[in-house]
Amino acid sequence: MASSIKIRKIAELLDARIICGNDFIDNEVEHAFASDLMSDVLTLESDHLVLITGLTNMQTVRTAEMADIDCVVFVRGKKVTPDMVAVANENNMVLIECQYSMFRTIGMLHDAGVSPVY
Amino acid sequence: MEFSYEVEGGNFSKAGNAASSVKKVLKQLNVDPKIIKRVVVALYEGEVNVVAHAYKGKVLVDIDTARINIRIEDEGPGIPDIDLAMQVGYSTASAMVREMGFGAGMGLPNMKRNADTIEISSKVGAGTIVELTTKLSS
Repeated sequence: MASSIKIRKIAELLDARIICGNDFIDNEVEHAFASDLMSDVLTLESDHLVLITGLTNMQTVRTAEMADIDCVVFVRGKKVTPDMVAVANENNMVLIECQYSMFRTIGMLHDAGVSPVY
Repeated sequence: MEFSYEVEGGNFSKAGNAASSVKKVLKQLNVDPKIIKRVVVALYEGEVNVVAHAYKGKVLVDIDTARINIRIEDEGPGIPDIDLAMQVGYSTASAMVREMGFGAGMGLPNMKRNADTIEISSKVGAGTIVELTTKLSS
């Protein structure tokens, strides 16, 4: 049984900034998936997970919307754009900006008990 | 219920508008979230294909209580070899498409996986029609 973690705690651990979706940061997640390739994200059967990515464009948020992903962590200091925030808000999604590299981010979340999708 | 959406070739900022709208409709109809996800992932992949490869396209959606039918038709280069295009990893996508997080040769296979039936017809130099049908109750 995987342990779950609050989205709020993820932001704290990563010393990251919550851009939108503050009403949902007490929701819990168990799994994470990391990819810059949205085609791979769209093949996942699990949902309600955290997506860790360095790809910042509308398609990242649209992909998360279609895949029922509740939280996206943008790594490597990438900046979220206002149109991305608008779509995220429409879909009750939390967007987080993190300065760390993808490897460091994943390592920290893994240590905190977040489990992989496969 | 019938809906139609325009898709612009090359305009990635609007890719997903049809899938987003269909998702809201299916939610209102209380369709099982797992089925909704299959339908909208397939439609979204289809929209991305039109944006990535065609000049323009249209999405026609027909929903009744039992099933959803989606017809994605475009004016574009067409697909010379559909069997090849259905193979995972085969792609003719541009560098720009790859920068958007797509173009890995997974779109059509993933559409097939997420629909009950898929029919593809294409004319080189004219365009492509993809029809997806999925039952709305499990």
